[in-house]
Amino acid sequence: MIPEFGHYALILALCVALIQGVLPLVGAQQGRREWLMLARPAAQTVFFLLAIAFVVLAWSFYVNDFSVLYVAEHSNSQLPVVYRLGAVWGGHEGSLLLWIFLLSTWTILVAQLSQALDEFMVARVIGVLGLVTSGLLLFVLTTSNPFMRLLPAAQDGRSLNPLLQDPGLVFHPPMLYMGYVGFSVAFAFAIASLLSGRLDAAWARWSRPWTTAAWVFLTLGIALGSWWAYYELGWGGWWFWDPVENASFIPWLVGTALLHSLAVTEKRGGFKSWTVLLAITAFSLSLLGTFLVRSGVLTSVHAFATDPRRGIFILIFLVLVVGSSLVLYAWRAPKSALGGKFSASSREAFILLGNVFLVTSAGSVLLGTLYPLLIDALHLGKISVGPPYFNSVFVPIMIPLLVLMGIGPWTSWKNTNLLTVIQRLWLAGLVAVIAGVTIPLIMGEFTWLAGLGFLLAFWVIGSGCMQIARQAKLGKPTRSFMGMQTAHLGIAVFVIGVTMVGAYQEEKDVRMSVGETVAVGGYQIQLQDVRLVPGPNYQAMRGSFLLSKNGKEETILYPEKRSYFSSTMPMTEAAIDAGLTRDIYVSLGEELSDKSWAVRVYYKPFVDWIWGGCLLMALGGVLAMSDKRYRMKLKKQIS
Amino acid sequence: MKPRHKRALIIIAALAVIGIAALLILNALNSNIALYVTPSEVAAGKAPKGQAFRIGGMVRDGSLRRDGLTVHFVITDLVKDIPVAYTGILPDLFKEGKGAVVQGRIDANGEFIASEVLAKHDENYMPPEAKHALEQAQKNGSNK
Repeated sequence: MIPEFGHYALILALCVALIQGVLPLVGAQQGRREWLMLARPAAQTVFFLLAIAFVVLAWSFYVNDFSVLYVAEHSNSQLPVVYRLGAVWGGHEGSLLLWIFLLSTWTILVAQLSQALDEFMVARVIGVLGLVTSGLLLFVLTTSNPFMRLLPAAQDGRSLNPLLQDPGLVFHPPMLYMGYVGFSVAFAFAIASLLSGRLDAAWARWSRPWTTAAWVFLTLGIALGSWWAYYELGWGGWWFWDPVENASFIPWLVGTALLHSLAVTEKRGGFKSWTVLLAITAFSLSLLGTFLVRSGVLTSVHAFATDPRRGIFILIFLVLVVGSSLVLYAWRAPKSALGGKFSASSREAFILLGNVFLVTSAGSVLLGTLYPLLIDALHLGKISVGPPYFNSVFVPIMIPLLVLMGIGPWTSWKNTNLLTVIQRLWLAGLVAVIAGVTIPLIMGEFTWLAGLGFLLAFWVIGSGCMQIARQAKLGKPTRSFMGMQTAHLGIAVFVIGVTMVGAYQEEKDVRMSVGETVAVGGYQIQLQDVRLVPGPNYQAMRGSFLLSKNGKEETILYPEKRSYFSSTMPMTEAAIDAGLTRDIYVSLGEELSDKSWAVRVYYKPFVDWIWGGCLLMALGGVLAMSDKRYRMKLKKQIS
Repeated sequence: MKPRHKRALIIIAALAVIGIAALLILNALNSNIALYVTPSEVAAGKAPKGQAFRIGGMVRDGSLRRDGLTVHFVITDLVKDIPVAYTGILPDLFKEGKGAVVQGRIDANGEFIASEVLAKHDENYMPPEAKHALEQAQKNGSNK
């Protein structure tokens, strides 16, 4: 009976979401105040109903109600409670419900925190979000209902894919979706202002913290996913240019461009059309990402068993959203594209150029991701586009972007004397060159690519530190300034990590019997024994590896090869000794014929800096959002 | 410089960025695409020469043979068989009788030397390329 409540709540939510989507928008157009007033209560009701649906689904998992098809397919009575809850979004239907629930969460946040904003604008924003919510709810109810019954009920569930039985899974999808879905707010603000014709600095000031918030979540979500792939998939890589990774990375690139472009719109009133276009694009790409992941057209970790109706529904939805917003854009976008005047050496010009690089890189990643689909659709054969494509296109585009990142923050609006900027920056340049030459030599081998990586990273760090020092002399730096510097510093830290891993990691696949030792990155790793150990819903072969350096014992690593009772699928659980300057990564392969084991060992210098850099970027975003001008001045200026 | 010229300069810079990116992309796409080929197509000599490609199909039952870290197995579309050798650790879901995709090239002895073996991450999931190869072979078989 309880699952029917959830189902019913979903249907009611669709009805209310339609009200939320239609009446406030019509009301705003025709000036009917009483219709406008419906926006907030409708949004709150939708949120309430979706919360019920979500809790009901979680409850069904908690009590092991295997008469619900989705629960029977993704859970199992032996599954630990934490993973039973994580399993709520472990499959297609539940993750879409999460998507919509988060969309509704963003909506009521906007509704609650926008008291100072003019009510027509609020009604329009909530209305646009309501339309998006209705579309997705219709999708869930018609093609992917998580409350479908399975009668007679299954004896036990099929269980969650063992790969997903990991704390990373509990956090990665909600984080990522918060980001994906968060761009819908920027999108709704853009559409609302196109509808009202009020594309001004106030609009940019309003959408900026929301966009930053979405961007922060997306950054953390992608970083978590990458970290999870690193330690859980047993591959030891941190990025594979997997189509689904790309599907989250492309909106991130465009979202980053949007953040910067919004800054120009807020401060200088410029780039209005461009900003609106980016907001539409970022959200459309999030939808496209959902389509790519959920339709099953892509082969990937995330591909679920497919139902073609789903793909077609999302595709139609996508075409509707993109099509109608572009038509609206063509009709209402302001005519003067670049806004206020600025010179080729102004901050506007630097941001614009950076935007071009970001959007171009997003385009190239998108092309590589969609190319195999395109070729297949044209019946020209089946192909795959591998990581070398992405590396050879993406990296060269990022190089000039990093150079710009060192200079851009020094420029001022409208016009800058570049000569004085360069005179100030000579020290950063010197530091960068020294770092680019010496660090590779310290690491033992000079390669041009590694040299370039360190040079660029230290260029950004040097320039940032000098600017912070200069700003501190002038008075207390604002949070938004510190946020920008922290995020840029995060990029530099990230680049250091990537360069170190790319140039100096060591990987060995070896055959080891008990007592044997393998050397990697100046460490010795000895296999001590392999034994059978029981787990809650699996049993594992666990290896003990003694890690030592120069004869000094450091730690013992326990990689596992698990077999889960509910599935025939074995599962490699790597053991990692993490450190600030290096990770040692051991994973256990199959048992070979002669009592020996296939073992993979990695030495990964500075690999944690990759995720550390992402954390810094997110922290920068949080700092920028908390700048006081978003809290106080707003009320005065807008009301 | 007049403002008009400055704007032109910015536009030229932007176009240059896009142009260079387009060149990079075309160049990279040309050299980094791996074509999917079915075992029957390989047997018919339709595999690309001197370039890495991918074969999708099933791992033939009983064909798995280990030689230290090197694994030999046969990938099949149930019509033609291709022997494959791979050195390294196989993915968790690699199994006889299940679908797999291998990437690499054919050596002088006609053995496919795989640089990468891909199996899927869900035991109930079949790589579409492997499925495609089986369907293709079946279709050709029934036409004959």
